[in-house]
Amino acid sequence: MAATDDIRPTSSGLFASTSAKRRANMGQFIRWMILMLLGIAMVMPIVYMISTSLKWPHEIYDVSLIPKEPHLENYTFVLEDGRFYGWFMNSLIIAVITTVSNVIFDSLVGYTLCKFRFPGRYIVFIAILSTLMIPTEMLVIPWYLMSQSFGWLDTHWGIMFPGLMTAFGTFLMKQFFETVPDDFIEAARIDGLNELQIWWTVAMPLVRPALAALAIFVFLGNWTAFIWPLIVTNSWDMYTLPVGLSTFADEADVAWELVMTGAAISTIPTLVVFLIFQRFIIRGVVMAGLKG
Amino acid sequence: MSNLIIRDLVKTYGKTEVLHAINLEVQAGEFVVFVGPSGCGKSTTLRLVAGLEEVTSGEIEISGRVVNNLEPKDRDIAMVFQNYAIYPHMTVRKNIGFGLRASKMPRAEKDKRIEEIAEILGMTDLLSRKPNQLSGGQRQRVAIGRAMVRDPAVFLFDEPLSNLDAQLRTQMRLEIKKLHQRVGATIVFVTHDQVEAMTMADRIVIMKDGHIQQIGTPAQVYHTPANAFVAGFIGSPSMNMLSGEVSDGRVTLDGGGTLDMPGLPGGTRRITLGVRPDDLHPVDGHGLIQGPVTVREPLGHETLIYVGAGSGEIIAKADGRTPPPVGANVSLGAAPENVHLFDPETGAALR
Repeated sequence: MAATDDIRPTSSGLFASTSAKRRANMGQFIRWMILMLLGIAMVMPIVYMISTSLKWPHEIYDVSLIPKEPHLENYTFVLEDGRFYGWFMNSLIIAVITTVSNVIFDSLVGYTLCKFRFPGRYIVFIAILSTLMIPTEMLVIPWYLMSQSFGWLDTHWGIMFPGLMTAFGTFLMKQFFETVPDDFIEAARIDGLNELQIWWTVAMPLVRPALAALAIFVFLGNWTAFIWPLIVTNSWDMYTLPVGLSTFADEADVAWELVMTGAAISTIPTLVVFLIFQRFIIRGVVMAGLKG
Repeated sequence: MSNLIIRDLVKTYGKTEVLHAINLEVQAGEFVVFVGPSGCGKSTTLRLVAGLEEVTSGEIEISGRVVNNLEPKDRDIAMVFQNYAIYPHMTVRKNIGFGLRASKMPRAEKDKRIEEIAEILGMTDLLSRKPNQLSGGQRQRVAIGRAMVRDPAVFLFDEPLSNLDAQLRTQMRLEIKKLHQRVGATIVFVTHDQVEAMTMADRIVIMKDGHIQQIGTPAQVYHTPANAFVAGFIGSPSMNMLSGEVSDGRVTLDGGGTLDMPGLPGGTRRITLGVRPDDLHPVDGHGLIQGPVTVREPLGHETLIYVGAGSGEIIAKADGRTPPPVGANVSLGAAPENVHLFDPETGAALR
């Protein structure tokens, strides 16, 4: 047997490789099919949203994906309605400020908890982590009472303040700073940087992928936040986009075509944020300065 | 003039004392290598000098100033780390220039300085590259450049070569030595590799368990080790250690071999006899040790032979062309001047 194999290695090798290839192709095909189905399931709601936004009101309960008479009247209506613009700006202001704040303060606290040894460090960390277990619904009432006593009701500050720092972000950043070797920090210390400079010029660039992920999470979370903005605001001017869009529905009827139009427009900033930050997530550069 | 003086340096972590009253003076322009097994305190000593750890007691003086309470940046030192620690998000130029950020030097002068350093290190063409476009040896050179740019009183190297492959390590060893000769800097270098220590150092500091075992030139620590630990640690393969007794100038090993060593003090006492494989050869007649050859390791111009003696395996050197065959009974002998005697209790050298 061994001898025959030795004499005709090419032909038997060829045969083996084609059958193996066929099997691999089959496996690939199945994988692609599953991914396609999942992809369709994810894209469907978006397609349906856009489709509905192009329909006339009498058509919206028709499940067909392609509008019979597509038109942009809904977009003109929503954009010309001054309130929509205000809500959009409210959401944008809140999401941007909250994102910047989280990126800075979560990473400051995460960095401190990770790289400094001080008494009570562990307790502080556990205290921060334990707040992750408390659901928003439970916090809404204390937040409201706080806002009321500080005079923050119905203000941007009132909408933003609970989310300016998050336990999740702090935890995420602490874990990522663990991957930054102490050598970098000590080298910078010897090179004469103060601790704040080390954090900003050395440590922060090394955790860029984590910062990008955090920025996307926080932006999306605040952009789509509904319960707290609904509770803390009570004038049309202060509504955020999700709260404002919900007013297109009243007891009698939901103007789905308008809700979907607003939702379609409101996805644009999230897309922009994702496109800006995703390349940082993909590019992990931390290890390049260390041994090869 | 001394650039670095360490006086009675003690470091404790909690209740564990890891450094026990270290004393050392390093002259300006001297290349001092700390060597020892892991956990011996050599890196800790270096980190204390750098100011990355707090001194428990004792004094560190750099260029005539006690620096115990100074920040690392104010100590006039630069450090090269085992992992290089060059910043991956900065170009080579920025990495080298990083140490100058804080200085008030004019921009043009800074650039000139960076280019000088790059020239010395042969990296002029690589200045605009990022670290991930460099090889391991080049990265280490950037790290050295970053230390050089500040022209510190003392350079500290923390096992900078241990992440490189064997060939590159030999090459970098030579480069660092040449660099030292060229710029005449004071260098304190930590390594666990005794070959690195021997080849690079002006003086070697051998440490174990937080104590300095011996300070001396490579020749001193090799030829006149202060104790059995130094004798065994320096040199490869390690020194053979045999127990025996000395009586009126004559050494008698437990295995029966004898050696006359004129000039020994009188009286009878137990000893440990140390002899390097380099000094132990097959001899005609009755030598120090007898036994069969168990393994041969040909090295070309000579052959290492492992000889099964009563007390364990002994390594000796035989001729490269006609080594004794495996299984042959050989008699190994050494010249009295190449034999070291140690106290079996304390390990201290007796001669």
